[in-house]
Amino acid sequence: MGIIGQSVTRVDAPDKVTGRAKYTDDLADKSALIAKVLHSTIAHGYVKSIDTSEAERIKGVVKIVTCFDVPDIPFPTAGHPWSTDVHHQDIADRLLLNRHVRYYGDDVAAVVARDEVSAMQAIRAIKVEYEELPFVLDPIEAMRDGAPQIHEGFDHNILAHTSYEDGNYAEAVKEPGLIVIDKWYDTPTVQHCHIENHICYAYEEAGKINVVSSTQIPHIVRRIVGQALGRDWGSVRIVKPYIGGGFGNKQDALYEPLCAYLSTVLGGRLVKLDMSREETFASNRVRHAIRYHIVSHVRADGTFVAGKLEAYSNQGAYASHGHSICAKGAGAFRQLYRYRGACKGDAYTVYTNIAAGGAMRGYGIPQMMFALESHVDDIARRLNIPPLRLRQMNLMEVGYKDNFSKNENYFDSFNQCIKKGMEYIDYDRKLEEFSHDTGDIRRGIGMAVFWYNTAVWPISLESSSCRMVLNQDGSVQLQLAETEIGQGADTAFSQMAAEELGIPLKKVHIISAQDTDVTPFGTGAYASRQTYVGGFAVQQTARIMKERILSYAHELTRMTVHNLDIEDGYIININNSRRLMSLAELATTALYSLEHSRHITAESTYQVKSNAYSFGCSFAEVEVDIPLCKVKLVNMINVHDCGRLINPALAVAQVHGGMSMAIGYGLSEQLLYDKKTGRPLNNNLLDYKLSTTMDHPHLEAQFVENYEPTSAYGTKALGEPPATSGAPAIRNAVLNATGVEIDTAPLTPHVLFERFREEGLI
Amino acid sequence: MYDIKALYEANSVNEAIELMQQHPDAKIIAGGSDVLIKLREGKLAGCELVSIFGIDALRGISMDEDGTLRILPLTSFSHITKDPLINEHIKVLGEAVDMVGGPQIRNIGTIGGNISNGVTSADSASTLHAWDAIVELTSAEGVRQLPIKEYYISAGKVALRPAELLTAILIKEESYAGYKGHYIKYAMRNAMDIATLGCSVNVKLSDDKKTILGARIAYGVAGPVPMRVPAAEEAVRGKPVCGETVDAFAGAAMQNINPRDSWRASRDFRLHLAHELAKRALTESIRLSGGEI
Amino acid sequence: MAQTKLVKCTINGEYTETMVDVRASLTDMLRNDFRLTSVKKGCEVGECGACNVIIDGECYNSCIYLAVWADGKNIRTLESLLGPNGELSDIQQAFIDEAAVQCGFCTPGFIMTAVEILESGRRYTRDELKKLLSGHLCRCTGYENIINAVEKTMNKRLSEREGE
Repeated sequence: MGIIGQSVTRVDAPDKVTGRAKYTDDLADKSALIAKVLHSTIAHGYVKSIDTSEAERIKGVVKIVTCFDVPDIPFPTAGHPWSTDVHHQDIADRLLLNRHVRYYGDDVAAVVARDEVSAMQAIRAIKVEYEELPFVLDPIEAMRDGAPQIHEGFDHNILAHTSYEDGNYAEAVKEPGLIVIDKWYDTPTVQHCHIENHICYAYEEAGKINVVSSTQIPHIVRRIVGQALGRDWGSVRIVKPYIGGGFGNKQDALYEPLCAYLSTVLGGRLVKLDMSREETFASNRVRHAIRYHIVSHVRADGTFVAGKLEAYSNQGAYASHGHSICAKGAGAFRQLYRYRGACKGDAYTVYTNIAAGGAMRGYGIPQMMFALESHVDDIARRLNIPPLRLRQMNLMEVGYKDNFSKNENYFDSFNQCIKKGMEYIDYDRKLEEFSHDTGDIRRGIGMAVFWYNTAVWPISLESSSCRMVLNQDGSVQLQLAETEIGQGADTAFSQMAAEELGIPLKKVHIISAQDTDVTPFGTGAYASRQTYVGGFAVQQTARIMKERILSYAHELTRMTVHNLDIEDGYIININNSRRLMSLAELATTALYSLEHSRHITAESTYQVKSNAYSFGCSFAEVEVDIPLCKVKLVNMINVHDCGRLINPALAVAQVHGGMSMAIGYGLSEQLLYDKKTGRPLNNNLLDYKLSTTMDHPHLEAQFVENYEPTSAYGTKALGEPPATSGAPAIRNAVLNATGVEIDTAPLTPHVLFERFREEGLI
Repeated sequence: MYDIKALYEANSVNEAIELMQQHPDAKIIAGGSDVLIKLREGKLAGCELVSIFGIDALRGISMDEDGTLRILPLTSFSHITKDPLINEHIKVLGEAVDMVGGPQIRNIGTIGGNISNGVTSADSASTLHAWDAIVELTSAEGVRQLPIKEYYISAGKVALRPAELLTAILIKEESYAGYKGHYIKYAMRNAMDIATLGCSVNVKLSDDKKTILGARIAYGVAGPVPMRVPAAEEAVRGKPVCGETVDAFAGAAMQNINPRDSWRASRDFRLHLAHELAKRALTESIRLSGGEI
Repeated sequence: MAQTKLVKCTINGEYTETMVDVRASLTDMLRNDFRLTSVKKGCEVGECGACNVIIDGECYNSCIYLAVWADGKNIRTLESLLGPNGELSDIQQAFIDEAAVQCGFCTPGFIMTAVEILESGRRYTRDELKKLLSGHLCRCTGYENIINAVEKTMNKRLSEREGE
């Protein structure tokens, strides 16, 4: 049939270009009461008292709940699959509203009112008395003796510390003649900036608390709402309609538990909680800012001998996804390059008094790639070896196998991707030509590779369920718990189902919304997992479905099922390709037959116990205006080996978005906190510098398609990898242009100004 | 929904003045791109507003008989950029306001609002300073005029008296005739941003394009309010068109400015930029005037 | 009792009269009173462009436009673009064909700015188009395919016009 691999148009696009697509706020009944959250105005301390008397008097106010009222049930928020092993469960370190406030923006009280204006008036009228405590914003400072203790039981605020040592580092560094490159790299706090802020509404019905939410992970949120409210999980129902982006922020339970709670204390009335943009920045999740210390011992010929990594991840005030992010990057460090003698890593995740770090597209890898790929260029510069050659000497070899995940590097993906990138950007010629640039405006070219894997096995559960229902007209309703969040999952799954079942794409009706009461179980959109993991579930379920269809076809045609197949919506005899009947005839007969009526459906769960590497690279070309301390990105390409492409056009579009995020990470985006108060300074879309249409060059996306052997359809991670290597490629291009090593992302004019001054360029 | 206590809509200048007299605590709202955001932030929550948005008589650009350009305050940025008189006589103003925010903001934002909120980063303000604009203020007592420099009192504060309204921005013929100018907005992105530093320069060259007859420079964000730098202007008056003159101009421009340290940018960085932008804006103004360096 | 005003305006070609709360933004009015939910809320302070609509031929962020100002105006939202038999307009089709849609939340606002651009009948360079579209933020697409969709539709319309 060949539907897989074709750039069919998105199944949800017609609804989205007409305004028919309904998002959470579009579905909320106008009668909804409006909830608003009062956030703390100190970075660390205790709420001593709250005076709501003035607020209670405001017309329209229905209910005020404070941190003194909520149940004392700590709950976790990370969008991880539940673990039945208590040691592997996420840390439960927050309440619905908190008396011990741990960041500027923490949740202290909530108002429910008839309308938004009354709710906001009440929020402003509530008087909170705090006992202020010292606060700390930086993870390394938070680890020092005497730093403010943010959570009980976490010595020196260390949420987790993991380490590894491959080989013997102390011995390996003794090799005579090694050159040592010892450097620090800093990455920023950034935010997801999905255009739809997090929003949810809740009401009670049929003995359940129902929450409609802009989330990536409905089944996980159900569990967390159950935990937070101390309810049976089956009495919680989550509905996920179309969402306006998530990028990992909505891979967390955000305000669903609080919203659900507010409804329950109002007799199940409909309560809507809609975040403002400012709150989204200040009080949702952010990407962990991680500080890295990398020491490499290398031979003069470029051979990497010993490497050491220290990573200090800024967790912020609550655990959320916690150490998994920093640990993932540290894991990449030991695999991406071959330190022949030894490789050693220490990763710390540390509580501080900023917004909680959570999942964000790339999950620790954009941070690690910025540090490591900058570091590799720094080594190249020190050794006077071309950066590409140095990489080719030391990158992970074909045939490498990770004993933990069992991932294998089956292909020469790195070199294949690099070759495409070099050709597109005309790398060799420009490298030579730009080296002659002097004067105020200098051009530069740089590149970086990335390491990624697919899904979360074997760290956590990987499973996915799928349901198919045959309709009278031979079409199929397709349902998965894996969510459409803009990436095109619905389209990819529809293509898989159509191809596997032998029916035209338009005969597949995917049910986009998830409803935990009816949607089969699955964990949702994260870890670039859905196409890979969901693919197995679609394939398996479609095969069961097909077997049932052909079995019924056997009854009607009296032909052996081994001679039957489905092609383009018809039952055919495979020996002569003759069409025996349409699937519509079969389905109608099956449903209404007075002899043997059958409603043909299939549902199955596939547990995945594999994982797959996903590799690639970015190349960037820049012009640096030295007196203005400004980088202009003039050209950029990403090349990915994500296996076989299910839908090339959508894959390209995915890569564009990731590249855009990487450009922001490299050049402009950073959520800043006031050092004196801990207050976020730029928590709005004017002051937080997300790229506009005018800040990008043409974004080129290309692919190498090595069929992934572990995968149902030859595919592997593409959702997150595009966001991982762009920033260091830009940084390395600036290094190439100016000779200045800039070790702090983003490379804003402020940073360039300081560095150019230090280096005497201005 | 905005937390507005009461909204009074004016359809004429007189009506606006009467409403302001009746409601002395009310704020004026023109296009709303500043006031409504402050309302959303809670800073103005619960306030009364006098909306002048509906006064169509305050929109448009014309030329008085004496050659004075008359820009009415509710003219949107995008209309200024498109206006033929602006393009002919003071093109740089159209270019400057074309760098405000994005297209939708330029459709709602008004030049009167841009200068009347007293913000130093306003993209129109440095250019209006650099072209000796005069503001016309109307109240029940009558009409008065002020040089724009005197309109700005301090950060966020302009010289509007109670129940007084900005009713025109004037640029006299002597201020624009023979001048060409260039505005540089230095910001962190290429759209939807506010200036880290703004620099507007214009020059008038001799007929042979070899000598600077006059030059003017104004900065935004180099101090609490937009500011001219007379020292720089003096330094190049009557000087030859050449690199040294440009350097002298930029050097002198540093004398009077006083940018501040903030999280948006350091004082040192702004000072560095002020020097560089002065050079670039003068060089480009000379080029636009037909001069060569 | 909240202060209200009768607003008479044309919305998507239809004359309407509605009592609105003077505190309402045009976004509030269009979403709540007319259920025109293509008008999205992304920041409510004019920074993202998701609530963009056309008023008397020009684009505005309806979140920072008071509903009462709509009196006497002609307002168009994405819902107005379908043809008489429900057919998609060329620019909507182009957004589908160019894979310019991902999460879809910024899409209505972008399309309405595209409509203003296309109705000007002018030919713009790619850089000019970028500037004209710069009042919209998108986190999914990197803008590339959105600009492609607008550029291709512009070229198609212009060549059809020249062909006439």
